[in-house]
Amino acid sequence: MKPFDYVAPTTLDEAVHALAGNPAARVLAGGTDLLAQLKGGRRETPLVVDVKRIPDLLSIRMEEGGLRLGAAVPCIRIATNPDVRAQYPALAEVASLIGGTAIQGRASIGGNLCNAAPSADAVPLLIVLSAVARVAGPAGIREIAVEDFCVAPGKNALGEGEFLVDLFLPKPAAGFKAHYLRFIPRNEMDIAVVGVGVSATVTDGQITTARLALASVAPTPLFVREVTEALVGKAPSAEAIAGAAALAEAAAKPISDMRAPAEYRRHLCGVLSRRALTAVLQ
Amino acid sequence: MSTPSYNVIGTRPPRHDGADKVTGRAIYAADFQMNGLLHGAMVRSTHAHAILKRVDTTKAAAFPGVVAVVTADDFPQTPDRIVDLGEGETPVSHLRGNVLAKGKVLYQGHAIAAVAATSLQAAEQAAKLIEVEYEPLPCVLTAVEAMADGAPLLHGGDTNVTAHVHHAMGDSDAAFAGAAVLIEREFTTATVHQGYIEPHAATVLWNNDGRVNVWCSTQGSFVVRDVVSCLLDLPVSQVRVTPTEIGGGFGGKIPVYLEPVAALLSKKSGRPVKLVMSRRDVFEGSGPTPGSMMRVKIGADADGKFIAAQAFLAYEAGAYAGGMVGAGAMCVFAAYDIANQTIDGYDVLVNKPSTAAYRAPGAPNAAFATESVVDEIARELKMDPLELRLRNASREGTRRADGPKFRRVGCVEVIEAMQAHPHYSAPLGEPSHAEAKRGRGVAIGYWFNIGLPSSCVISVNADGTANLIEGSTDIGGTRTSIAMQAAEVMGIPVDQIQPTVVDTDTIGYTGVTGGSRTTYATGWAAHDAAQDVIRQMKLRAAKLWQTEAVDFADGVFRAGERAMTFAELAGKMSETGGPVVGQASVNPRGAGGSFAGVIVDVEVDTGTGKTTVLRFTAVQDAGRAIHPSYVEGQMQGGSVQGIGWALNEEYWMNPEGRMMNASLLDYRMPTILDVPMIDTQIVEVPNPAHPFGVRGVGEANIVSPPAGIANAIRDAIGVRLYHLPMNPPAVAAAIGGQK
Repeated sequence: MKPFDYVAPTTLDEAVHALAGNPAARVLAGGTDLLAQLKGGRRETPLVVDVKRIPDLLSIRMEEGGLRLGAAVPCIRIATNPDVRAQYPALAEVASLIGGTAIQGRASIGGNLCNAAPSADAVPLLIVLSAVARVAGPAGIREIAVEDFCVAPGKNALGEGEFLVDLFLPKPAAGFKAHYLRFIPRNEMDIAVVGVGVSATVTDGQITTARLALASVAPTPLFVREVTEALVGKAPSAEAIAGAAALAEAAAKPISDMRAPAEYRRHLCGVLSRRALTAVLQ
Repeated sequence: MSTPSYNVIGTRPPRHDGADKVTGRAIYAADFQMNGLLHGAMVRSTHAHAILKRVDTTKAAAFPGVVAVVTADDFPQTPDRIVDLGEGETPVSHLRGNVLAKGKVLYQGHAIAAVAATSLQAAEQAAKLIEVEYEPLPCVLTAVEAMADGAPLLHGGDTNVTAHVHHAMGDSDAAFAGAAVLIEREFTTATVHQGYIEPHAATVLWNNDGRVNVWCSTQGSFVVRDVVSCLLDLPVSQVRVTPTEIGGGFGGKIPVYLEPVAALLSKKSGRPVKLVMSRRDVFEGSGPTPGSMMRVKIGADADGKFIAAQAFLAYEAGAYAGGMVGAGAMCVFAAYDIANQTIDGYDVLVNKPSTAAYRAPGAPNAAFATESVVDEIARELKMDPLELRLRNASREGTRRADGPKFRRVGCVEVIEAMQAHPHYSAPLGEPSHAEAKRGRGVAIGYWFNIGLPSSCVISVNADGTANLIEGSTDIGGTRTSIAMQAAEVMGIPVDQIQPTVVDTDTIGYTGVTGGSRTTYATGWAAHDAAQDVIRQMKLRAAKLWQTEAVDFADGVFRAGERAMTFAELAGKMSETGGPVVGQASVNPRGAGGSFAGVIVDVEVDTGTGKTTVLRFTAVQDAGRAIHPSYVEGQMQGGSVQGIGWALNEEYWMNPEGRMMNASLLDYRMPTILDVPMIDTQIVEVPNPAHPFGVRGVGEANIVSPPAGIANAIRDAIGVRLYHLPMNPPAVAAAIGGQK
């Protein structure tokens, strides 16, 4: 690991200033990705900007119309937050899925998003929860829909000098359910071979919203819009679920690598989509 | 045979090294520090097979903080010869070439050069400045490919096959004609690593007086001493090796990798040099155990008696000759009494790291094949699989195809214990969801118990305690299991004996901690050394009492009416002739070996192909369990490693021979959440070739788990898998292929 400079700003403005004019600087939240990359020699940086002293990035609060989740809030706080557990139980679950106990005290959902791994466990769920990312930078504040946030493996939509401030999750309607299901060969300490996030609202026996997103089967977490079109307006049924699962399987563009063959990942997309949709629709 | 009554043997005292290990005070190789220490970094091959055209260290040598740089050219270029330094017969050029490549690299991760600097950062940055020019050659990665005509050749000549072992008795071809059931199947297994948690590490100081001091993590300090002295062309007396605590080895810490390189760096720099492997280095640069291709054919008569068997075994040797197929060929049918056998084994060079021993090396591969075929025969004959095994079990007098006849062994007793175990008759239970299926499998396996030399010295203290020194690095609680054997003889509690593993200057030659030999052979040395103590103590009592006949029993010396405890007599050593020091060296032969078996319940998710091990029972013959907790620990450890081998572990290589999963994240050894509590049952059929009946228990327990799990998966899903690992994609594909 090469030496680097370290700053820990306490306001958004200071952070913007620290990052300005230093495109190789890296933002540090929990560090569970960044520090491993630096130590493993997979990334070098002249400057690390620690954002864990900026209050906006460390708060979880209910607002008008939804939940605002600071980008650096560690998973353990998300998983144990009463508002999150009551209104976004699937988010609490995914926060407790990432890493072991020690990692959960550090790792953040915001960092999981910014790291832009195709296998990120939180991102498919954020997509199906219709989360919106709020970012700060030299040009001020702007918003990015989570499904547009990851653009390539390890690359996100943040411009030069920009960083993630928080995520806004709209308040779930009555009858709304969400679920994230991932497959790993072991029961811990593994990267999703396939992850499936689903959400749906059933009103008076009819599906009124439906979203499905996949992890680990494309260069980025993949929002499968066809599933929404296929399910909305239908009654929940095994046939409807099977049809949607087939669409997810068809949408996947997996590769073969040491973690699994492409053909198997595609097969899993169907199996897990069926199971996850069944969990929210029945 | 009546069970002798013991005071110490069979009890479960706390281990002598326990407090240091649970408090983190124990010193492992990477913890070792000394004044003036330099840190080393290695340059490793990025090609699986290439000619080294140029290795230029100029820029690295000039980097700030760098004190020494070495390549293979820095070794004394002694003429090649065959040596046996504890790892089997090997040309010196192979030992030297594996430590630092010369002329050619044979696997990705092959060490090429090393740098020593005042900081680890400087050493790592300087290592990146070493320029290596390769001329890539085609690589070959499996035994089958390497045996094909026209395959790339690793060491020239006309073949990659370095050895063909052939064992035969009777006439198997003719005998097959009489078989009612004849099953022949082909199996393959992936290359797997031992996965010890502590990476290799070594510190060497080449002193000004020419003596070389080594502190390292090893299973055999005398192997390190002899390899270092051989490669550096020094008398063995000039090299002293001090073994540190060791964080696992399983056979993989018998070969020597870092010590000769650190020695060269120390010689050049005049300072102590430490080298520590990363996890990637461990996977790519140390010795895994071979991938293999096997064909096994067994014929049985209508009653289930095996009448003939044949095996073809092709095991990867890795980059140098001397792989594990020899032991595989000796074990493939060792569990069964079969009159007609033909066994052919091939040791085949491939562009992977030179293979090393891994817990019963070669036997789990072979047992996966044999025990799968035996399971199919049981199904074909509609016979209980344990009954079939019992009908054919090896026993005293059974001859193996490689020659020896078994002495008293516990194969029958192990199978009977499996039959009687409540697990074997327990219901499987309902699957946990609609897409899940459950099944049960059994398998058995055999592994040897080698002898080799061991030495032990016991010094008696005036307060009646004793200090015991020995040379077997302690991996599984052997300080205590060895001291317990001395305590039993000396009639004192084991906490009155302080055992210490010492350096190579301080104790007589002691073979590796391997081959399940330590409690057996070093324990035997301790038994004999303790007898030597008692013999001398009796003479002291005789002198005190002016008598000739002194008896010793239950810790008390007696002559007529007079009696003294061990401690009382120890207090009179000074006046009766000075300190009492007992010593012994042994080199036992004809050890009995151990049989073991498993009963496994699995649940397979037919949607994802994932196998969950629900219940696992391991049964093993320990001869005599000196410390039952450590025997159970060995059984559980071997079972867990067998589960990993069965379900997920493999070297996942790309076509260019690069290992793509060289991390603990992607190599997927089982975690604590992936295994159930391993239930154990110790069987005791005393080994006639040991004073207490001990059989080595370190290895036989890994032989049968992969086969047992394969048989359980077959029972669950109705389709058999012929390749390890039986990972979720493989199981899902097998289920898919069946539909």
